Amino acid sequence: MGDFTVLIISSIFINNIILAQYLGACPFVGTSKKMETAVGMAGAVVFVLTMAGMITWIINTYFLVQLNIEFLRTIAFIMVIASLVQFVEMFLKKSIPALYAGLGIFLPLITTNCAVMGVCLLNVQDELTFLQAIITSAAYAVGFGVALVLFAGVRERINLGRVPSPLRDTSIGLVTAGMLAMAFIGFRGMV
Amino acid sequence: MLASILFTLGLGGACGIVLSFASKVFYVYEDPRIAQVENLLAGANCGGCGYPGCSGAAEAIVAGKAPPSVCILVGPENVAAIAEITGGEAGTAEALKSYNECMGGSRATDRFIYQGVNKCSAVASLYGGKRDCTIGCLGYGDCVRACKFNALAIGAEGYPVVDYERCVGCGACQAVCPKTIIEVSPMSARLMHLNREDDALAPCQQTCPAEIDIPRYIDHIRKGEYEAAVNTIRERNPLLLTCGRVCPHPCETMCRRAIEDEPVSINQLKRFVADIEMNSGKRYPIPCASDTGKRVAIIGGGPAGLSAAYFLRRLGHHPTIFEAMPKLGGMIRYGIPEYRLPKEVLDWEIQGILNLGIDHHVNVEMGFDFDLGSLIGAGFDAVFFGVGAWNDYNLNIPGEDLKGCYTGINFLARVGKNEPIDIGKRVAVVGGGNTAIDCARTLVRMGLEKVYLVYRRTRKEMPANDVEIVAADHEGIEFIFLAAPNRVLEDEDGRAKGLEYLRMELGEPDASGRRRPVPVEGSETVLEVDTIISAIGQNPNLSFKQPGTRLDQLEITRWNTFEVNPETCQTNVPYIFAAGDSQTGPATVVEAIGGARRAARAMDQFLRGKPFIGEPRALLSQKKIGESIFERVPGIKQTKRAEMPELPVQERITCFDEVDLVINEANAMKESNRCLNCCRLCYDPDISIDTKRPAA
Ligand SMILES: Cc1cc2nc3c(=O)[nH]c(=O)nc-3n(C[C@H](O)[C@H](O)[C@H](O)COP(=O)(O)OP(=O)(O)OC[C@H]3O[C@@H](n4cnc5c(N)ncnc54)[C@H](O)[C@@H]3O)c2cc1C
Ligand code: SF4
Ligand code: SF4
Repeated sequence: MGDFTVLIISSIFINNIILAQYLGACPFVGTSKKMETAVGMAGAVVFVLTMAGMITWIINTYFLVQLNIEFLRTIAFIMVIASLVQFVEMFLKKSIPALYAGLGIFLPLITTNCAVMGVCLLNVQDELTFLQAIITSAAYAVGFGVALVLFAGVRERINLGRVPSPLRDTSIGLVTAGMLAMAFIGFRGMV
Repeated sequence: MLASILFTLGLGGACGIVLSFASKVFYVYEDPRIAQVENLLAGANCGGCGYPGCSGAAEAIVAGKAPPSVCILVGPENVAAIAEITGGEAGTAEALKSYNECMGGSRATDRFIYQGVNKCSAVASLYGGKRDCTIGCLGYGDCVRACKFNALAIGAEGYPVVDYERCVGCGACQAVCPKTIIEVSPMSARLMHLNREDDALAPCQQTCPAEIDIPRYIDHIRKGEYEAAVNTIRERNPLLLTCGRVCPHPCETMCRRAIEDEPVSINQLKRFVADIEMNSGKRYPIPCASDTGKRVAIIGGGPAGLSAAYFLRRLGHHPTIFEAMPKLGGMIRYGIPEYRLPKEVLDWEIQGILNLGIDHHVNVEMGFDFDLGSLIGAGFDAVFFGVGAWNDYNLNIPGEDLKGCYTGINFLARVGKNEPIDIGKRVAVVGGGNTAIDCARTLVRMGLEKVYLVYRRTRKEMPANDVEIVAADHEGIEFIFLAAPNRVLEDEDGRAKGLEYLRMELGEPDASGRRRPVPVEGSETVLEVDTIISAIGQNPNLSFKQPGTRLDQLEITRWNTFEVNPETCQTNVPYIFAAGDSQTGPATVVEAIGGARRAARAMDQFLRGKPFIGEPRALLSQKKIGESIFERVPGIKQTKRAEMPELPVQERITCFDEVDLVINEANAMKESNRCLNCCRLCYDPDISIDTKRPAA
């Protein structure tokens, strides 16, 4: 049990996918202008990343490793993730329209989210078990969500302030992201 | 090698098969328009519209939650194309634009030295700003910084200027302005806005019963933007050609310029732009909100009914007008004579309203041809009554039903319909209101020997418009004041041969403040006339409200008018609304229009099933905003107001040609420059006003 706590804490805070590993920076900047959008995106990422972590683990362990074709990993994962996202979108639209209304619109954007790919590859690299893989994926996703929502909150405030024109919008956003990342370094001492 | 190729193919195939099946199994019908709209959007997924991605925006547009212009990257052609797909006729869906109330001017003096943060929000929190003018723009440009589209700049006068080419109507500027100077409101919100105590309202706009934004349209005229002026008027008044001719313009009596000089000829300017549109040969487009599918029956096609239909249509509903007479227009067609409002002009104006897609039926009278039950059976969601006041009061004197005696409305309506009437040579018209004067002036034009106007009080008490009285005087009508008809004398053929009246004296003032006339004993005098027209007032004819019908429980006042809530014009039956003469008693065209707009506002909320949102700070036109009413206006250079050109008296009394003519463009320009732009321009009592205007 203790193992899992460490795994979760380190995935959310210490190895935060955005602020420590610099993956998924594009949606991080793109969907963080409004709190509402940020929360929607965070929800969608948690959903997809957990699913993707699960499926890619299965593909990797039962196909790639068995057939000795690990070099196809990247290509295989891309295909699986893209199809998965499409599938999930269609499934939600038909079966759980309420959830689709909340997340659906963000799903296609996730196809291009490198954090998802990154987490799947990391899971393989770290040679995690199936359960560990699921939990890490979910925890990474939560970390992504936390960072995104925090950042959106900060940006909403910054927009009200007087920012010198060369620094407005994305530029000040990146500076802020840098500072957030430094703040996250502080979590290193936690474990 | 083989394994890897097979695996890749297998995985690809598996993904493909799963997805194909999924798209079959999980197929959900999606409005094809969403995909069409999405194709027209920029496809950048930038989120600039506030929706997550272009497909989100497309969905919102098709659902009617976002205007076709949400996407910040598409050009006007694509916006029009999108509007076409979503059903809003291309070109009619109005984009949101930023409006700016304050027009700057040399700034008012400062009350204190301010050294804080250079932000409007900060300045506003310190005693509402350092300037003397508490309503105006603060000029620190929070809106300019909020605008992501570079559509705003602080102009030379120190207030924000909007670049309409760039403005997308995102509303960021409105959100940050601490003073409600800059406003981004959709058309329907502007149509529904009632004058409020805390609006920056010029005295004239506070007085206009239709609440027209007078300084704004005068400003448009000054800049030569005639179409914009017409559109500004049309937001509040669909009958601008009519009002430009017959309105008694109460706004001019409150004009601030009148304190030191003559008032601005507000109504002449309205007529000037209205005529420009009519003579231009084309109609300026009138945008309408997207369809709601709700239907409203409008009973009566007078100014009240036409305006209610117009506003409801612009708000997206479907009104149908039912009119008892052969043509639409009500009193402005059958009461107001040709020489004041030519029928050709009226027809053009009414056609423009009907062109919005309003159905109408003429020659059908409520109570005879249909009743409330049949309207409800036909599926109408609400009913509006604008049946006017067509019942003439009787004189209640012996002999008034002899041959040669008529009542005013009956007489005018018959002239309006070109029916032959048996009129003698010498006529007495009884009454002192507009109806009486119109009867008298009509009779003059019919070539009579002598026309008397008999009124029981004096000229000062006459309720008719002053210009009308003056015109009647010029046309040779003889006024007999302080005279109360006593009886009609009869000749051997049973025809009237004279009107006997008693002379009166003015006594104590009555409840209305007018001095009550009292008869002088033994002062009977006979006026030798062969025709008598009594026009002493009207009340509504509500004979369709009969016991045992659905209208039984409808409340009626003791003046035989509809009892309504003054803010909503709603009667005690929730789906029935009423305005115009049938609700106020005989009044004016603008009042009917103002009432119809209030009714349309409430009906819109009723039809959409929304809880009624009142306007607690609504400014009823009798009330004025204290600080906007001045005692003195120093620094005004006296300039004469534009004279209204008229047909010469000799020419006009022989025909029914229009008497009042329109002012020319140069005079309109001069006149619009006389407007002080009250409550828009920073006011500084120490600086001469004529030097304070921003360069036109
Ligand atoms: C002679 C005269 C001169 C005037 N001059 C001026 C002026 O200079 N300036 C000014 O501002 N105002 C003037 N007015 C007042 C102005 O005309 C009215 O205030 C205005 O027309 C009221 O509009 P309304 O729609 O309420 O009623 P109306 O114009 O009276 O229209 C009511 C309509 O309802 C129809 N109707 C009635 N009963 C039924 C029924 N049972 N079923 C179906 N339809 C029905 C009538 O046929 C009529 O068309 C004048 C009025 C008169 C009589
Ligand atoms: S902030 Fe938006 S609404 Fe205001 S001027 Fe700029 S584009 Fe127009
Ligand atoms: S000067 Fe202009 S704004 Fe002022 S009251 Fe007169 S018409 Fe209205």
